[in-house]
Amino acid sequence: MKTILARTRSTMVIAARELRSSFNSPVAYVVIVVFLAIIGYFHANNLFLINVASMRMTFEFAPLAFLFIIPAITMRLISEEMKTGTLELLSTKPLLDIEVVLGKFFAAWALIVLALAPTLIYALTMGTLGELDSGPVIGGYVGLVLVAAVYVSLGLLASSITENQIIAFILGFLFCFAFFMFDKVLIYMPGFLAGIVEYLGADYHYQNIARGVIDTRDLVYFVSVTGFALYLSVLSLQRRTW
Amino acid sequence: MAIAVRDLTKYYGSEKAVDNISFDVRTGEILGFLGPNGAGKTTTMKIVTCYLPPSAGSVTVDGLDVADNSLEVRRKIGYLAEHNPLYLDMNVLEYLTYAGDLHGLDPSTLRSRMREMVDLCGIGDVRHKDIGELSKGYRQRVGLAQAMIHDPQVLILDEPTSGLDPNQIVEIRSLIRQLGRLKTVIFSTHILSEVKATCDRVVIINEGRIVADGTPEQLQTQFRGSETIGVELRASSANPMAELHPRLSALPHVEGVTYTPGDGDTHRFTLQTEKGSDVREEVFRLAVREGWIILELSRRVTSLEEVFHRLTTSEQVAA
Repeated sequence: MKTILARTRSTMVIAARELRSSFNSPVAYVVIVVFLAIIGYFHANNLFLINVASMRMTFEFAPLAFLFIIPAITMRLISEEMKTGTLELLSTKPLLDIEVVLGKFFAAWALIVLALAPTLIYALTMGTLGELDSGPVIGGYVGLVLVAAVYVSLGLLASSITENQIIAFILGFLFCFAFFMFDKVLIYMPGFLAGIVEYLGADYHYQNIARGVIDTRDLVYFVSVTGFALYLSVLSLQRRTW
Repeated sequence: MAIAVRDLTKYYGSEKAVDNISFDVRTGEILGFLGPNGAGKTTTMKIVTCYLPPSAGSVTVDGLDVADNSLEVRRKIGYLAEHNPLYLDMNVLEYLTYAGDLHGLDPSTLRSRMREMVDLCGIGDVRHKDIGELSKGYRQRVGLAQAMIHDPQVLILDEPTSGLDPNQIVEIRSLIRQLGRLKTVIFSTHILSEVKATCDRVVIINEGRIVADGTPEQLQTQFRGSETIGVELRASSANPMAELHPRLSALPHVEGVTYTPGDGDTHRFTLQTEKGSDVREEVFRLAVREGWIILELSRRVTSLEEVFHRLTTSEQVAA
């Protein structure tokens, strides 16, 4: 029990430094502002031009915005430490590699959740303007947070592969884009593969949850993909010992 | 906290960086790890600090193997890596706090350790500055403070004085001396004077192999070749080569004498003598008997620089 506490503590120490560093540099502010600007634009369009009081636009465009914004957050997580040599510093402290990976994962994930939080204002205002069905709104937010976890873990994996942040961004985007697209390319798939590929699609599971039905199958998907990407990141960190 | 390196070998791909080396560092000893660039110093240190696994052989710190008890070993070691990687966006106190937190220090211990380190390393004036704004000398001190924040028994310092100006080098060196009284220290360098000034023992490594191991004095004696004695005499002599030269050559242990004429009555001789012998007394007695006046009498012993140079260049060709 004591060791578990100590391990959790070092994970939190890393996460806290990472978050603080995001807010000490322009990274966090740029990400939050850009994300809110994109979502705000589509939401306002929907509300004022089409005269519909709904959260549909937020839930439709947020995963698209994530595709660009999450790799931008995650690209530096490990690449930068590899480049500056501080990874050697971390690796010679009494820490497990999984703690380094988890700490960074939680920091980036928390940043996304923080960027998402102000959109709750839309939900509150829409609720007063019209009839808002609470199921899909809750489902939508749960889904977004889970999609973010998958994308952050994929971006982190990309960042652990290379010390070049640009390459980490592009790889991260490609990984996320692949998982976003899986369920949209079924038409090109042979029949026996279609089911598997559809299951791999992050957007497919997101849509399920965003309807307001939180199914364990979808939860299992998000947890396992995130876990697997984090596991690969740990392996990638341990490359030097191969 | 002794460190034992046994038959350590490290390959990078097919390239052998460290080739079957063994050495010990005793508790409370300052070991200078000397070698030209690319000799395998950094690789060895990275293995001792658990950053890289050995390809073969073992390293134990205080009896704990670096491969089997990695976390335990890392807790005991303070490490200043080559090029001193730092988080440039953190200020000095934040950075030291982070390092202490990663070692799991409780807040009150951490506070007192930080105060001590700030005093010891002389970084009080810059403690609220971002590390990115600091000069190289201050950064090095911050690196050292970070390495010692958890009061480790073993300090591994990879070229701690590289890139510093001469005054800073002297400061860092005296800091290491001071620390070495209480801790086991390994530090690497390719600067020889540093070793003489700081270390209890020297291990010289070249092309992944240990070529010498001993105290600075031992190495100097061990690798001393024939010595030379320089004599400058005043003696009235029409033909020094015939009258003075044979008398000097006849002295015991003298293997050869070369003559350089001086002005008027002064004559210079250089005597090659056998290894480990000292003929200055004989030269003096001879001069007294002959009525020569000795103007200068000097003995040149192989310097550590020469030992190092020989070990890392010609010896290797001979081998």
